[in-house]
Amino acid sequence: MNVPLPVPLPPALEVAAAEVLATARALKAQGCFDLLIDVTAVDWPQRTPRFDVVYHFYSTATFARVRVKTRVTESDPTVDSLVPLYGSALFMERECHEMYGITFRGHPDLRPILLYEGFEGHPLRKDYPIGREQPLVKFIK
Amino acid sequence: MATAPATIPIYPTEKAGHSGFEYFSTRKDELVGWARKFSLFPYPFVTACCAMEFMAVSSTPYDTDRFGAALPRFSPRQSDLLMVVGTVTHKQAPILLKVYEQMCEPKWVMAFGACATSGGFYQNYAAVAGIDKIIPVDIYVPGCPPRPETVIDAIMKLQARIAGDHHPILTDKF
Repeated sequence: MNVPLPVPLPPALEVAAAEVLATARALKAQGCFDLLIDVTAVDWPQRTPRFDVVYHFYSTATFARVRVKTRVTESDPTVDSLVPLYGSALFMERECHEMYGITFRGHPDLRPILLYEGFEGHPLRKDYPIGREQPLVKFIK
Repeated sequence: MATAPATIPIYPTEKAGHSGFEYFSTRKDELVGWARKFSLFPYPFVTACCAMEFMAVSSTPYDTDRFGAALPRFSPRQSDLLMVVGTVTHKQAPILLKVYEQMCEPKWVMAFGACATSGGFYQNYAAVAGIDKIIPVDIYVPGCPPRPETVIDAIMKLQARIAGDHHPILTDKF
């Protein structure tokens, strides 16, 4: 199930959340985008749907870059994982999961990678209180 | 408390024919403090960019070895001075506490740089706003990063404090 890519390829593609995996597969197969260099998210608290999930791809053959953006809602922040296509998605999706609370369907291991076990909330969401700390050690003062 | 003299008073013999001194008198705290202040073995708990400045102050142009404080022991059990160099995060705080607790008495702690002192510009979910929330700190070194002169000044101030301090060896009184 390949989706058709626009010709010429624009620097940024906006796709539906359900089409992310198919778009990435098409980019990898047709566009030689063999490197996934970033997975991150953007929180727009006033907007519905609230989150953007942003992927950056790079081609080591043509030196081209492309950005893929998709929107997910606050109630169901789920997109398909790109782990079957790109191994580099393993760590970046884990980070995105803990920082923004995006769930990557099909990811084998969504444990925290930078935060620690027991950390509540998602610190890069805009509604995380800026002064909220969750210490592991009892403070002496 | 009387101010501690800068050096240990040494009384050479007045007898002719004896060139060196045969005895000297001092106080126990002065002698122990003198020995301890010139053998500060640091444990560098280095986490961030202040490490570059730590290397600068340890190496030849500034040379903390002049103060007896340049032999880093990479085991907390062998060191006297815990130098916390850089940002400490909440995830790392248990490690810092464990290192501190492994050090034998007497021990001193230096908060090296703005992040270790107060968290610096990190006021967020990740960073501890000053290591004195976790362990007691003896001397704070400001700066982002500190100048080597500031670090040397801190070492000298700590030495002055150790020299004038009470050093119980056998009991709490002595």
